[in-house]
Amino acid sequence: MATDIATLTDSTFDEEIGAATETVVVDFWAEWCGPCKMITPILDEIATEHAGKIKIAKLNVDDNPNVTRRFEVMSIPTLIVFRDGEPVRRMIGAKGKGQLMQELSDFIA
Amino acid sequence: MAVDDDVRNVIIIGSGPAGLTAAIYTARANLAPLVLEGEPSSTSDQPGGQLMLTTDVENYPGFPQGVLGPQLMLDFREQAARFGAELQTVKATKVDFSSRPYGVWVGDPDAPEPTYRARTVIVSTGAQALMLGLPNEQRLLGYGVSTCATCDGFFFREQDIAVIGGGDSAIEEAIFLTKFARSVTVIHRRDQLRASKIMQDRARANPKITFLWNSIVEDVVGDAKVEALHVRNVLTDEITTLPVGGLFVAIGHVPNTDLFKGLLTMEDSGYLVTGLGEGATSTNVEGVFACGDVQDHVYRQAVTAAGSGCMAAIDAERWLENHPDPD
Repeated sequence: MATDIATLTDSTFDEEIGAATETVVVDFWAEWCGPCKMITPILDEIATEHAGKIKIAKLNVDDNPNVTRRFEVMSIPTLIVFRDGEPVRRMIGAKGKGQLMQELSDFIA
Repeated sequence: MAVDDDVRNVIIIGSGPAGLTAAIYTARANLAPLVLEGEPSSTSDQPGGQLMLTTDVENYPGFPQGVLGPQLMLDFREQAARFGAELQTVKATKVDFSSRPYGVWVGDPDAPEPTYRARTVIVSTGAQALMLGLPNEQRLLGYGVSTCATCDGFFFREQDIAVIGGGDSAIEEAIFLTKFARSVTVIHRRDQLRASKIMQDRARANPKITFLWNSIVEDVVGDAKVEALHVRNVLTDEITTLPVGGLFVAIGHVPNTDLFKGLLTMEDSGYLVTGLGEGATSTNVEGVFACGDVQDHVYRQAVTAAGSGCMAAIDAERWLENHPDPD
């Protein structure tokens, strides 16, 4: 199921975000976060349905403190949208698919 | 969302311990319940309910070593699914109890036809944590203000943080947060805690926890993230500044009953009133039942919610037996 979702780390983050031609949504998450788990299947669906336009990537905050600190993530799940390597939008907290798609609609057209 | 032609026996709105227990019982009674679980969020208004924001649950019977809240709810869900409950991760947006079968909308509440229709409805939408209602609290949500200690405690390693409240949830959060924080200040508007004795003892024995009595938070200070709180002593009216990097609010709960305003009898506080018809979980509308925290501001435990979910399922089953569809 999760084949459309990339995994980022402190050491691969800059290269992968910099090289991406499509919009990348990075999901900052952790194993111990209940709401993070609830949105995983939704992100899977979005990645599949909008392949080529939006890329979804996950970054585990437990294992990757540097990127987490750099973007001052203080609450998870946090989703940060990157375009051309730059953060352009931040969404904090778990949301349903409808609400997430609404927030992402600017980046899909 | 397509309109569903079938009339369901039971629609359960909400999927905490009450809703999922009602689902297990009605599924086992061959009523093929449909559960509208709700949508993911970082408040307790989400599938699985309040336990999704907890870690160890130590008082649910049957788990001598305790159980993780989210895991317990996943297990409830799996058990309901095993007996044939249909679970949908969507939120009900409107209900119509004016004529039978009752209508339940998902998605656009202005759609002319309900998404689903049902002979009986079990309301188990639960309650969610109250916030202080300060503008800066909302602005700094996710930047030091958190609704989920278990999600966000990790980010406050070696920082000073504050927990507001004096009940079990506040004290549980305070104790949990000492795993990460340098210090935790519990701010409470009275001079004693409402929390259970065992939680109070644990908090008082924890060297990282201090108490600020007779105090309320007037404002949250910080540009990009929380830097301090303005705290007023309610006895002296003196205002002090407490430097903290994080704020966790646990000052009580509000029932999720907006959907039912004007339709179901509720107390001034919004909690649904039960026992008004056939069965202890009946509401003022026949065939509509309520269970769990949406109708209970007294006990508010997972086990009492589950118990009342079972009662609602039995009440709904009996109601269906006694009230066959008109020809």
